[in-house]
Amino acid sequence: MGKINDILSPFTAWKHVVNKPVTIKDPVSRIAADRYRGFHKNNLEKCIGCGTCESICQNAAIDMVPVEGIETKHGDSGLRPRIDYGRCCWCALCVDICTTNSLSMSNEYIWIDEDPEVFRFVPGAEKKSWDTRQAGWQKPSDNYELYDPQRVKMGELSPEIRHDSFVEIVQGFSKEQAIAEADRCVECGICTATCPAHMGIPEYIKAIRNDNLDQGLKILYETNPLPEICGRICTHKCETVCSVGHHGEPLSIRWLKRYIADQNPADKYKEILNQGNIDDKGKKIAIIGAGPSGLSAAYYLSLMGYSCTIFEKLPQAGGMMRYGIPEYRLPYDQLDKDINYILSLGVDIKYNATVGKDITLEQLHNDYDAVYTGTGLHSGRSTRIHGTEHKNVYQAVDLLRDVSLGKEIPVAEKIVVIGGGNVAMDITRTIARLQKQKYGKVQVIATSLESEEEMPADREEIVEAREEMAIIEPGWGPVEIIIENDKITGLKVNKCLSVFDEERRFNPKFDKENQKIFPADMVIESIGQGADLSYITESFKENLEMDQRGRIIVDKHFQTSLKWFFAGGDIIQGPDVITSIANGHKAAIGIDKFINRNS
Amino acid sequence: MSKKLFTYNHDRSLFPEKGQDGKPNIDLSSHKFMKIWHGPQHPGITGNMSLELTLQGDEVMDCETHVGYLHRGFEKLMERRKYIQCFPIVCRVAVPEPDFNEYCFASAMEELAGIQIPENAVWLRNLVLEMSRLQSYLMWIGGQAGSLGQGIIGQWSLYCRDLVLDRFEELTGGRIYHMYIIPGGVRGNLPDGFLKRMEETLQIIESFMKDIKKVMFNNAVFKKRTVEMGVIEKDWIYKYGITGPNARATGIAKDVRKDYPYLKYPDLDFEPVTSEYSDIYNRADVRRRDLLLSIDLIRQILAKIPLKGDIRAKTPNVLHWKVPSGETYSRAECTRGEYGYYLVSDGSEYPRRVNVRGPSYTHAVALLEDMIINENIADVAGLMVSLHTYPPEIER
Repeated sequence: MGKINDILSPFTAWKHVVNKPVTIKDPVSRIAADRYRGFHKNNLEKCIGCGTCESICQNAAIDMVPVEGIETKHGDSGLRPRIDYGRCCWCALCVDICTTNSLSMSNEYIWIDEDPEVFRFVPGAEKKSWDTRQAGWQKPSDNYELYDPQRVKMGELSPEIRHDSFVEIVQGFSKEQAIAEADRCVECGICTATCPAHMGIPEYIKAIRNDNLDQGLKILYETNPLPEICGRICTHKCETVCSVGHHGEPLSIRWLKRYIADQNPADKYKEILNQGNIDDKGKKIAIIGAGPSGLSAAYYLSLMGYSCTIFEKLPQAGGMMRYGIPEYRLPYDQLDKDINYILSLGVDIKYNATVGKDITLEQLHNDYDAVYTGTGLHSGRSTRIHGTEHKNVYQAVDLLRDVSLGKEIPVAEKIVVIGGGNVAMDITRTIARLQKQKYGKVQVIATSLESEEEMPADREEIVEAREEMAIIEPGWGPVEIIIENDKITGLKVNKCLSVFDEERRFNPKFDKENQKIFPADMVIESIGQGADLSYITESFKENLEMDQRGRIIVDKHFQTSLKWFFAGGDIIQGPDVITSIANGHKAAIGIDKFINRNS
Repeated sequence: MSKKLFTYNHDRSLFPEKGQDGKPNIDLSSHKFMKIWHGPQHPGITGNMSLELTLQGDEVMDCETHVGYLHRGFEKLMERRKYIQCFPIVCRVAVPEPDFNEYCFASAMEELAGIQIPENAVWLRNLVLEMSRLQSYLMWIGGQAGSLGQGIIGQWSLYCRDLVLDRFEELTGGRIYHMYIIPGGVRGNLPDGFLKRMEETLQIIESFMKDIKKVMFNNAVFKKRTVEMGVIEKDWIYKYGITGPNARATGIAKDVRKDYPYLKYPDLDFEPVTSEYSDIYNRADVRRRDLLLSIDLIRQILAKIPLKGDIRAKTPNVLHWKVPSGETYSRAECTRGEYGYYLVSDGSEYPRRVNVRGPSYTHAVALLEDMIINENIADVAGLMVSLHTYPPEIER
């Protein structure tokens, strides 16, 4: 029976003869699934050319290339991915890792052309029929990350502990935290391009990942001889452009730099950096001001074999870093660690030596082969409203300097600070601490012209100031300081509607109906600083080119029209510490070229 | 005198002469032997390999397998790729069944890195592996029938496989190379309506499998050509290292899913499919029943799978993921037997050594060379397909 069945059974296949053939499928008009990985799409506006797609591609199918109409700008390399479909394997890892979520794939899977060259193109730049279609592979959204978009949390002193002391707030990373934070880096290098000193940021972050802090320190010192300082108070332009920050929080580049410097003890620097045996060139350079740019210039010039002498007006080195920034942000021992290393290279420093008073610029010109000035912005600007001539109206920079010098500064019970920048926040928070120590309570108001979103101070400064019980009142323009019986009673302000006009020029508009008085016994102005260039005597000024605003004109090597005279730092660019350091470095190279040409 | 009229009984005592080692002396210059190449361009060969056959008449006297036509050097390539860059490569090791490569590589990495993947991702991985088994068997069954001249089975089964590939496409974004099981988890949740469409697909496949049973298995010709043909003895299992349906057909229930449970198999209700006697017919029948078991397992998985949840664990940044140094062997039961990845890490961003253990190496090289002796040349293709081998995984 079984055998007969085995002969008949196969004939049941004939029942399909009336069915539609299953073998006919239409691949041309068929629409692929929503998640299909077809040809790429790229939103060129969103893309920043970080090249992370290029680095993850195991087939080297992606090249970052310049594209017509897209220029290199702040935070954008100006390059865009070009995909070679002769190499692409459609794995879509480039889409998954894309830091800006600009790259995606269409569900287009058929494309026939006789010219093989067309299969290599820049998605987005060359229009394709699938560009506007929604379907196709997107980065899976639900908790799917190929790198951690969230920062490792930094330990900070709580407001209750820090509000009456000048102990450093930020505690720094532990080894585990630093490695975890360094792991988030995608090594795109947009930070390096943005940093004024062009520090090798991905390289030193890699050194942290590899737990090779000696290497890290060497990389830091290639472009920045003040890593402890920059690791604490740098304005971190790098973090504002960090590609990881487009879809998450940017890397804590500043804290990572600090970690390297913190973990290397000062007495090991000489051994690690191994910068001995420098041939003396027999040339002398005078440097005016021991601020970041002066110290940076002195460091790099010393490494080239020049003997440098710094003339510093104040009793200690550091400039604004010591006399402008409060200790809770930058402790003096850390400042000294960086400065002492620079001085250990043989840099001579003359304290309490004011150029123009104790020694003239002419003498420097005669005694030295070149002069570099980085005297910074130490003169506070005034709002010049009615009442600013009162004795209880102070400049923020003056008070901050006095605090650093160890002098006792006047602290009234009720204080108003005018200004919304970082210096205003520094003085506000310093005053808050002193008030807490003196009166047990804080009554300081910082008022700025700008709205909260436009305030130039760092966001964390504003948040931390509020945590320390200071009151921040953004969007008010000072009208006058009210004085009754020769005593200040308050600051009258108008509501500020806008700070800049349509052409982005400073032209504040006020609502005069909306007025308010902030009660105060004392007012501190912090609306910006100016340079004191009185040491440049008239005989030099005749030949020194300056612009309309009285700023010295320099070339790319920070050489002025007086060939022996170089200038940098806040008086030229910035103001901020990393720009000053970069200026000092470039000027050192310029001075070297100048001396080599003349000798 | 035999009843059969046209039976020719070989008398091997006379010719060919045997040497001292018991093997026949093959002297090609005697003109009594013929050498032919079976493959690599031959529809009866299961991919890019060839058999160098020495024939006497139509009987195979000697066989030497030749591989190397598809050698891409993946194991070496991986030593120069970061771990994440190996992920798009591994699926290409076994073209018709890529998911087991992805799973073994990912799980080996996760084991060394000490990463626990989310529950949802475990279920999704399990689903994908069973879908992969299903489509791989559907491809094989067409080959097995086709090698013995039954073209229609292949047309039905490839249609069914196409439907499974459609489901793969909507779940993973790819039809053949899914690149779905990424180290740390998977790359997507089930799309809307997937359960319904999958069930429809399974019903179509079941209906065709009934037809295939009638047309292929209850078929006098198929039985005549496969019963008692290409027998694998029980004691060969450990001698050659035979695994999968080839081994299970002898009655030994070797199944990695049961012996070394992984993913969610301990939560699923199944018994390994076995048979009593491993000839071509029984091996084919074990595979057919394993295919039906796979359909059952997919239904069980879809009934239990959480439809929402995390799909990937938190891992280090894949661009410079340093897997802690160590070595491990990760295995899974694929359609052909035990599939495994031996991974050695030296703690750097690159794997120090990756070795792929594909069952095809054992079955298609060592076993086949011995089994094929004295068989008829017309049965070589059927015998080879009955071992279910994929040359890409031999070559790597």
